[in-house]
Amino acid sequence: MKHSIDIDYVANLARIALTDEEKETFSRQLDDVLGYIEKLNEVDVSGIEPTAHAFPVKNVWRDDVAGEAFPVETALANAPAKRQNMIVVPKVVE
Amino acid sequence: MKYEAVIGLEIHVQIKTASKMFTAAPVGFGEEPNTLTDPVVLALPGVLPVMNKKAIDQIIKSGLLLGCDIAPVCKWDRKNYFYPDNPKNYQISQYDRPICVGGKVEIEMPGPSRNVMGDHHFVELTRIHLEEDVGKLNHFDNDSLVDYNRAGTPLMEIVTEPVMHSPEEAFAFLTALKQAMIYAGISDCDMEKGQLRCDANISIRPAGETKLGVKVELKNLNSITGVRNGIEFEINRQIRAVEKGESLVQETRRWNAEQGITTPMRSKEMAHDYRYFPDPDLMPVEVDEDWKARLRAELPELPFEKQRRYFEQFDLPYTLTSVLVPDRKLSAYFEEAVAAHPDKPQAVANWIANDLLRELSTAGRSITDSPIAPSQIAGLVKLVDGGTISNNIAKEVFIHMFQTGKDPEVIVEEKGLKQSTDTGELETWADEAIANNPASVEAWLGGKETAVNFLKGQVMKASKGKANPQIVDKILKEKLGALR
Amino acid sequence: MSKPIYYQTAAELADQLSAGELTSEELVRAVIDRTKKVEPQVQAFLSFDEEDALAQARASDARRKEGKALGPLDGIPVGIKDVLAVTGQPLTCASRMLEKFVSPYDATCIQKLKQAGAVLWGRLNMDEFAMGSSTENSAFQQTGNPWDTDRIPGGSSGGSAACVAAGEAIVSLGSDTGGSIRQPAALCGVVGLKPSYGLVSRYGLVAFASSLDQIGPFARGVEDAALLLQGIAGHDPRDSTSYKTEIPDYRAALKEKKGPWKLGIPKEYFGEGLDPEVEKAVRGAIEFYRKSGCEIVEVSLPHTQYAVAVYYIIATAEASSNLARYDGVRYTRRSDKAADAIDLYFQTRAEGFGQEVKRRIILGTYVLSSGYYDAYYLRAQKVRTLIRDDFMKAFEKVDALLTPTSPVPAFKKGERTADPLAMYLSDIFTISTNLAGLPGISIPCGFTGSGLPIGLQILGQPFAEADLLAIARHYEQAHDHHQQHPNLD
Repeated sequence: MKHSIDIDYVANLARIALTDEEKETFSRQLDDVLGYIEKLNEVDVSGIEPTAHAFPVKNVWRDDVAGEAFPVETALANAPAKRQNMIVVPKVVE
Repeated sequence: MKYEAVIGLEIHVQIKTASKMFTAAPVGFGEEPNTLTDPVVLALPGVLPVMNKKAIDQIIKSGLLLGCDIAPVCKWDRKNYFYPDNPKNYQISQYDRPICVGGKVEIEMPGPSRNVMGDHHFVELTRIHLEEDVGKLNHFDNDSLVDYNRAGTPLMEIVTEPVMHSPEEAFAFLTALKQAMIYAGISDCDMEKGQLRCDANISIRPAGETKLGVKVELKNLNSITGVRNGIEFEINRQIRAVEKGESLVQETRRWNAEQGITTPMRSKEMAHDYRYFPDPDLMPVEVDEDWKARLRAELPELPFEKQRRYFEQFDLPYTLTSVLVPDRKLSAYFEEAVAAHPDKPQAVANWIANDLLRELSTAGRSITDSPIAPSQIAGLVKLVDGGTISNNIAKEVFIHMFQTGKDPEVIVEEKGLKQSTDTGELETWADEAIANNPASVEAWLGGKETAVNFLKGQVMKASKGKANPQIVDKILKEKLGALR
Repeated sequence: MSKPIYYQTAAELADQLSAGELTSEELVRAVIDRTKKVEPQVQAFLSFDEEDALAQARASDARRKEGKALGPLDGIPVGIKDVLAVTGQPLTCASRMLEKFVSPYDATCIQKLKQAGAVLWGRLNMDEFAMGSSTENSAFQQTGNPWDTDRIPGGSSGGSAACVAAGEAIVSLGSDTGGSIRQPAALCGVVGLKPSYGLVSRYGLVAFASSLDQIGPFARGVEDAALLLQGIAGHDPRDSTSYKTEIPDYRAALKEKKGPWKLGIPKEYFGEGLDPEVEKAVRGAIEFYRKSGCEIVEVSLPHTQYAVAVYYIIATAEASSNLARYDGVRYTRRSDKAADAIDLYFQTRAEGFGQEVKRRIILGTYVLSSGYYDAYYLRAQKVRTLIRDDFMKAFEKVDALLTPTSPVPAFKKGERTADPLAMYLSDIFTISTNLAGLPGISIPCGFTGSGLPIGLQILGQPFAEADLLAIARHYEQAHDHHQQHPNLD
């Protein structure tokens, strides 16, 4: 398995601006980690079901009953910028 | 060269629930911004989703209604992409194991005229899955404002196979789908409120070619006419481009209804690596036969099935069925009225489709708060049928019924509108009519059968409309015959 | 000489409170004074609110006066890792990203503690977003190990472990994704319990890796761990992964369950890399169990060697998605350098996250990216099945497993920060438990020659916390390691 991270592609997906130095360091460190992870290829996993939950149960739900909504002040209390009871973001171009 | 368009639709339908898909925050439309949120809707650090049972019931119902296979087990996946209307920057959705697979929707193409039924055929579905809606962005000159009221509303995504070939067909599909969803109480499908939204995948290819052409995803088809016009424009744009020798690119375009054109979109750039993986915060859904059977018992008759039944059972003409059938409440009203007087379904249908709907619309009321009960419509038809009142009087009685809500029998009684069958009185009026209108008598005797109508009119007038026209007719003809 | 109030156990203090020999206010004042005294060295707290704690204490005293005391936790100060949501309190996760964030809601475990009358005390330091094994990844401060403040307290719940060891809280809550309760407990010489996955609701625990995270107690004795677990365990309709199971009386179980137990020694946990002093202490503990009548059997958990690899795929993948919400739109921090809406994400996340968090998000994003899902995530989930099956097979033969908690005692600050892989490997004994969803407890079992605590890990069957606590208590009653305190004066 090829395990050299395309750091620009991944950082772009993750929406993190990395400095050149970070790119260099992370690439090297993550190559180490991926090299280590390669040992999983030794394991024969044919016919093995994946585990998503340690103790899976099914059909965990709630009844459709409306609860209390946050007052708008609470909803926006942590927002870094707000106007007209909405959160301001730089203009989104569609 | 002739080109064929290939169209597939992706339709998002909001499921009508009281609370959101993964939390108890209330669902609503038109509320003040950011008043329908809670920690889960806002994706505050530490919150967890719990699924809404009703939303799952409703999507299974949709699947059963549209003939889908219901997956015995389905799971939830995270679709990862960054966008300010997406509070977690992932959307909980279903990727490789949707709850409904396959299925088909019966559609009716436009007929040669409004009064003639068009051809019917099925449009195949690929899948239906459940997910959560995102919030709403409001754009201004220098910034955008985010409102999370809509975020987390249960949302069904219905994907068709690329099997449609014209804007009309897409329109017919959407109409049929909408009716089915409204019929089953799954959604109100109000496009103005965003309860139904449509994206289209459109490509063209030379007629006869079987390979698909370059696909354009068309967004922002926000009204049912927008779907038709947008698709039409896009098909023509592609044909023009190819004819000019340009090559088409796979892209996402946006329908601009004001200018009537489609333009390329730049949003969600690079977002096609969604990094789907099973949501570890949620458990799978297992649907057994019992659950399906319970929901199947709640399914309504589909509109086209009902239409066929109305043809067969009640012998209604197409035009009447196309008024009654699309509205489930109206057709229920009709069937209740027919049950109360099964002899004349057409007459009942006519009263409802013409008189009642006209009065309701003038009064700005809906069928559910009609002042006239179905049994009262049946009563009115029965009075005409039994010869108690004439059709003309019935119109008058109907208006009183609508104004007062009283039974037709009571109105006829109170206003003394019962048809006169007192032959003594009628004979006197008939004698007078014959005596006073020798020209008409002459004409009748000369073989002009219709001349009796004028004399009949005179008798009716004398009776102030209460005379039974059939009896008047009989008396006049007897008396005229005696003059021969 | 009697122990100072701040070093007494919750069980002891509960008795004094109900006997009227002590008020919660006096207790909380003693803890506040102790905290102020030692905090310059320990730096376990990111913040604390004295007035708020005293108000809670007075409310407890008032309840008690009216005969309405709520149980053994009523009036007891419980330190809270800064990863659990408390209404009106900061919730920073030791990250610049949430530096000014104030929670508008309570975690379920916090609600339960409030209903039990506990005094919620402070916000405890941790590795940023619980990612780390030394608490050095905190964006704000370096917590010292109370036994040697030049050394790390372990992590990620380093503040939770250190404050209990230093007498700055009676008990505390932490969270454990790959060892983040047990490892710092071992390194700070206190008791730390990671419950079975699903026993304690995760609602209100800021997610690191959703399928592995659990909240659990730190204490200076097994009985206190039982008391605090009692206060937070139980099914929660707000957490779909919370398990419906009957919650026993853990404290009563300590008296009822007396063994002898059949205990397994997984041979894979005693190999290369295990510090000789740690091994000696753990072997000594095993010997104690044997001598007290327990049957000791060697067992094998053959897939142990893959646990770290599996963990770093699953945990980082889940984290990359869980941490996507920190984007500059909603949670206080927003970069002012952003050129547009898209750049807002890039700049805010570059400024708000520390190195380790970025590294793990990048790794997690990579393993989920197009074309790699099957090779990494899916394969890791399959090996996870094998790891769990190993444990289940072992538990057909034994009641519990005994292992070291950490291969090494507390190391020096800065010693391992340059080599992430080496740091990851230090979780080797604790990670499998999270992958298998099992309960695990670390209890003090001795000291190194230089006086650093050593932890014994006991791993139990799913939802067998009562047995686990009883087995731990059995050792504790015959030893006094847990009654040793660091010298901070």
